[in-house]
Amino acid sequence: MKKKRLIEGLQRIVGKGYVIHHPDDLLAYEYDGSVDRGTATAVVFPSSTVQVSQVVALAHREGIPVVPRGAGTGLSGGAIAAEGSIQIALTRMRSILEVDAANRLAVVEPGLVNLDLSTSVAPQGLYYAPDPSSQGACTIGGNVAENSGGPHCLRYGVTTNHVLALEVVLEDGSIVWIGDRYRGGPGYDLVGAFVGSEGMMGIVTKAVVRLLPRPESVSTLMAVFPEMDQASAAVSRVIGSGLLPTAMEMMDRLSIKAVETAMGYGYPQNAGAVLLIEVDGIEEEVSESAASVKALCRAEGASEMRAATEASARARLWAGRKGALGALGALAPNYYLVDGVVPRTQLLQVLRRVGEVSQGSGFPIANVFHAGDGNLHPCILFDERQAGHTPRVLAAGGEILKACVEVGGALTGEHGVGLEKKAYMPLLFTNADLEAMLRLRRAFAPSGLMNPGKVFPGGPSCGEGFRPASVVKADQGMWV
Amino acid sequence: MTSKLKEALQALGPADADLYKCVHCGLCLSSCPTYLETGLETESPRGRIALMKAVREGKVGFTEQVVPHMELCLQCRACEAVCPSGVPYGRLMEATRAQIQQAHPGSLMRRLALWVAFRSLLPHPRRLYRLGSLLRLYQRSPLFSLARRIPGRLGQIQEQLPLVPKGFFRPRAEAFNPTGEVRARVGLLSGCVMPIAQGPTMEAAVRLLVRNGCRVLVPPAQVCCGALNLHGGDREGARRMARRNIDAFLDAGVEAIVVASAGCGSTMKEYRHLLEDDAEYQERAWWFSEMVKDVSEFLTTLPLALPDKRKGLRVTYQDACHLAHAQRITQQPRELLRRIPGVELVEMEDASRCCGAAGLYTTLQPQMSRQLMERKVEAVLKTGADVVVSGNPGCIIQMQAGLRRAGSQVRVMHLVELLDEAYGDSRGHP
Repeated sequence: MKKKRLIEGLQRIVGKGYVIHHPDDLLAYEYDGSVDRGTATAVVFPSSTVQVSQVVALAHREGIPVVPRGAGTGLSGGAIAAEGSIQIALTRMRSILEVDAANRLAVVEPGLVNLDLSTSVAPQGLYYAPDPSSQGACTIGGNVAENSGGPHCLRYGVTTNHVLALEVVLEDGSIVWIGDRYRGGPGYDLVGAFVGSEGMMGIVTKAVVRLLPRPESVSTLMAVFPEMDQASAAVSRVIGSGLLPTAMEMMDRLSIKAVETAMGYGYPQNAGAVLLIEVDGIEEEVSESAASVKALCRAEGASEMRAATEASARARLWAGRKGALGALGALAPNYYLVDGVVPRTQLLQVLRRVGEVSQGSGFPIANVFHAGDGNLHPCILFDERQAGHTPRVLAAGGEILKACVEVGGALTGEHGVGLEKKAYMPLLFTNADLEAMLRLRRAFAPSGLMNPGKVFPGGPSCGEGFRPASVVKADQGMWV
Repeated sequence: MTSKLKEALQALGPADADLYKCVHCGLCLSSCPTYLETGLETESPRGRIALMKAVREGKVGFTEQVVPHMELCLQCRACEAVCPSGVPYGRLMEATRAQIQQAHPGSLMRRLALWVAFRSLLPHPRRLYRLGSLLRLYQRSPLFSLARRIPGRLGQIQEQLPLVPKGFFRPRAEAFNPTGEVRARVGLLSGCVMPIAQGPTMEAAVRLLVRNGCRVLVPPAQVCCGALNLHGGDREGARRMARRNIDAFLDAGVEAIVVASAGCGSTMKEYRHLLEDDAEYQERAWWFSEMVKDVSEFLTTLPLALPDKRKGLRVTYQDACHLAHAQRITQQPRELLRRIPGVELVEMEDASRCCGAAGLYTTLQPQMSRQLMERKVEAVLKTGADVVVSGNPGCIIQMQAGLRRAGSQVRVMHLVELLDEAYGDSRGHP
């Protein structure tokens, strides 16, 4: 029996206890943080690069697709198993192999939790800058695959700006290093190509990441606005003034309500929107910037300003924002989080359009997003158990993405395309563009077995789940 | 399975409103001790909820594959404290355990053991005292020192047993009165294990409260709080015990019900949910739950004056799960410790991660329990503390066993013992 032989082969590589293949157990590996679902044939838990390489090589010989998985907090379905695939969960590879404080870098394994890195280098006065809201759970490997962002990426950039080199396992099991530990090696920027490739080019087994010195002083401000329009205008005004806050986050009325219902952090309940703005640097600079930000917000109609510089008070202001997505669970059992980008000057217009989509579709939409870099996160609230709701919600999400692209924006700011947005790729890219991307992917992974069915349009769209038909080799269909 | 049985199971199970609050964001993962140990989604809160949902939706039953994942849960509720959706995980797991108990009563031996524990022992204080006396006798006999050397499981159980001290603490009809003005009239939970295994701790609690102007009542009509029943799936038994405690304390006319055991306090604060469909007791349960206070929570409201009796004691604090996560009490015990003159509080790594005690968990899941205990002992030893303080008898017993095994001299104390010691005289009733 083929399946039995496969399982035995995997068990020989990683050990008997580290292969999950019973259908009941696989139920817990069907999902990630998104709306899609898919079931693997088996989930394996390698503990070393060599084991990853052996598993991948075995799959390659057998022509079985592999899907890498970190903590499963992704929001575009990047880690959702293709039917019949082997899922490679990297949660056992979670060590910090080296911290080189003098050169401000660390060498880590892919399953390391994002926040654990910052926590463990804190005594050296360092931290890892990209901070997705799920940073307490999500892994560095997953961050690399999705090129994750976070509130503070406004000033410090997304994951790609913080990865120096990667050890990756390619589809045939070969282990290669790309990039250079000390920036500036000659040749093509392969790390740049690999970060954000959504697990479709290979599996990261080690990452050399940049660490930053902790700023001397940080100030977090909360500006309360009666209307969201005013908050949007304030964002443009602050950025336009030449100030560069580390973060500018917006939450609308509905998301404030969710946070207050679920957690009661003392956010202003009757506000139309709040902006969370953070500035950091040396102390004088921080107090000066904070004063300017306050003045600009007031000028745009902020009715109240709260400020905190002490760590626990700042954490309290942030807690609502960081937990906002989960808090939506207090309002509805499911949300579909749309991740679109618009030019900052178009925020107002697109947010209005989001409001129209909500009215038109009948689904409430909460907005909680990275306003500073125009990265919208409209969350469409629904209940997947209601027949027919999921496709309608996905259609509403499509409307919003179209609106983003129409004003010159993009399909994703930080969550990746995955399964979720592959159908919308033609909105932004021509066939020639997509062909070029596919050629790049083939250079790394010619057979198409590495996390197939993601990013490129074609095959069943999201919500329908995967069918083996979508797991085709690259040469059999245009988009895999 | 017949449809009738299915219906009965469904009725016991988690409420949809609780279950579908989970949006599988995964933020709970890093807080879960069993996920951190295994790296497996099936041993995580999100994974367990996914399985509960699958059961609810009829995709799977309580198979021999599913049940162990539910049973490995410590019910420490660390996930609940970090959940941004406010998923009441503790409640979900209690309901799930009740379902499992119904669907899979387990082996005859196990059923018998649980039935004896839940129905014939825990609700009967007198039997517990008799058992305690027997255990004490046994522990002072040569047999015990022999039995401890038995390799394997049996010897391990002996190792984990708390050494039963000489005096038991007993509820009594008369109140303990302060010498001066009465500031508050409080009830004190005696409990099941604590008065036997940690009688001196209970006495310290009484002395501390009385010294600080409280009139303390320990009503004899009270019984065990029912937490073990509830966590083990015996919801009915727990409800019966809750009713008895509500009567015992509300009839005693106290202003607050002080609890020195985090697990009991958390269960008693949730009597209002346990009895929300009991027309007769609903309202009384609500009042009762409002009045329940952990001893640290209650003491911080009093103007404690501590004499300067000790110098240079290094203390580390271990958060009991049911204090930190279920009751969200983390600051009050630390504040009290800092107020003891000469005490230096040093934090251990992951102080709020479960030590693996978790009620009957040490016996039911010895391997995971041991793993977590060893991690905890390591964290304690790393601080170089002289004393590790906690607020729950289970944690104290577990840590005593762990530190003993590691050959460490670090003392394990209940918060009230250390506070009481600060006054110097700590013998007998006040």
